[in-house]
Amino acid sequence: MLQLPVYLDNNATTPLDPRVLETMLPYFTQHFGNASSRHHAYGWAAEAAVDLAREQVAALIGADPKEIIFTSGATEADNLALKGVFEMYADKGNHIITTEIEHKAILDTCRHLEKLGASVTYLKVNHEGMIDLKELESAITAKTILVAVMYANNEIGSINPIREISAVAKRHGVLMMSDITQAAGKIPVNVNKDGIDLAAFSAHKLYGPKGIGALYVRRKSPRVKVTAQMDGGGHERGMRSGTLNVPAIAGFGKACELALQEMEEEGKRLAAMRDKLENALLQLEETYVNGSRTHRLPHVSNISFRYVEGEALLMGFGKEVALSSGSACTSASPEPSYVLKALGLGDDLAHSSLRFGLGRFTTEEEIDYTINAVTATVNRLREISPLWEMFKEGVDMNAIEWSHH
Amino acid sequence: MSYAERVLEYYNNPRNAGTLDKSSQHVGTGLVHVSEYVDVVRFQVEVNPVTHVIRDARFKTFGCGSAIACSSIVTEWIKGKTIEEAFRLDHMEIVEALSLPPSKIHSAILTEDAVRAAINDYRVKNGMEPAEEEYEEPADYYDERD
Repeated sequence: MLQLPVYLDNNATTPLDPRVLETMLPYFTQHFGNASSRHHAYGWAAEAAVDLAREQVAALIGADPKEIIFTSGATEADNLALKGVFEMYADKGNHIITTEIEHKAILDTCRHLEKLGASVTYLKVNHEGMIDLKELESAITAKTILVAVMYANNEIGSINPIREISAVAKRHGVLMMSDITQAAGKIPVNVNKDGIDLAAFSAHKLYGPKGIGALYVRRKSPRVKVTAQMDGGGHERGMRSGTLNVPAIAGFGKACELALQEMEEEGKRLAAMRDKLENALLQLEETYVNGSRTHRLPHVSNISFRYVEGEALLMGFGKEVALSSGSACTSASPEPSYVLKALGLGDDLAHSSLRFGLGRFTTEEEIDYTINAVTATVNRLREISPLWEMFKEGVDMNAIEWSHH
Repeated sequence: MSYAERVLEYYNNPRNAGTLDKSSQHVGTGLVHVSEYVDVVRFQVEVNPVTHVIRDARFKTFGCGSAIACSSIVTEWIKGKTIEEAFRLDHMEIVEALSLPPSKIHSAILTEDAVRAAINDYRVKNGMEPAEEEYEEPADYYDERD
């Protein structure tokens, strides 16, 4: 029996895996101790859970457990990485290089740092969402302290060549940071092979609980330090004070362990279903995939349905399928997704986009249902779209005579 | 975001979606947009040349669900009205009827514009002066939007 609406917004968040929930439960009521309490069994039980989770989280990205700093999520980890490096390495310089399609947690933090004296370069991306390595190299100056490039994009799922990017950074003695939120647990990420010095991610994107994430901070070659942005009891090697959220950390650890075990098989299964969905929807006329189709997360597809508006589409199957749109029709001059605009999409296609994000619990039956629901709504809305009618009549859209009003 | 029940009703079962013969002497067509690919409304009226009563109205709209609902509800309202009466349609009537949030008021304004453009197209086609807009926008109007 199909449970509606079908959930295909797994890039926004994922449901908690029942095995993760089971791991978490004892730490609410039974082993409720403070992991910093060193002198009684309650504290030891909590500490043991945190130690295990730290190993599980580290193992997912090929790190040492000592290099994991627990935070409230990826946004906090992004903030800690950027602000912490900016403060810690102020003597070396004030220049940060990032890309224009980063998550807002990176972009808005950079804007904040600019007010504090940082100089930030926002690299442009091509139509597939990739930066130009030569542009990156030529943007590096003697004042550059950090290169921050996301591993995979949250809207289009494109995967950056992180190894090549970090090699450029390393050649110039610049730290490499990556927001790996969308990639961790979905595709192999290895901080050593990938040359990453700082990495931010969260549990709720990989079937763990919300409110917990981590910043990976490299300890060896080079030893990286960030200035704490949260002061207090000196938890997490002094980089992030605050009583540890033990149940969430235990859940995060379990989620990482499961992801590491199941990633390969799950990736193949999701890619096959994603491709089925994508190919079926591309049968509709004037339908386009946004971003790279080759360097892409296995569970993501971002598609534009020209001549229909994204938000109207979502309303059309709101009770049937839950997804996201790149449209933002909420004001007189709404701006569509900045990521899609950065790829060079016109407003028409950016406003007509939907993001499909499959997940661990997505079924073939749900994909079939979604194909039918989306196809029917696109066709229905095109029937009442003046732009579709003009397109079908061969009217040149650039030569439309608009009424004065 | 949740939508008012009436928006959903008009969105799911749009009344009077379609096309009238643009070349007919009795048909006025208005094609308006916010920007080229955000909310495009084509509104058409078919008018009795003797009484100037609107006999039929049709729309096609590209835009969010609210924009579609605005266009559709107005096609129902203006049938049977004279072109003078229909021209005085106020977008706030649409806003109230559909319980639109402030962020969607632009959709109602666009529909109002489309109706007036269609009526004026008919007027000009039939040798009349285009009617003038009368309403005033409060100075702080734009601040009220999302």
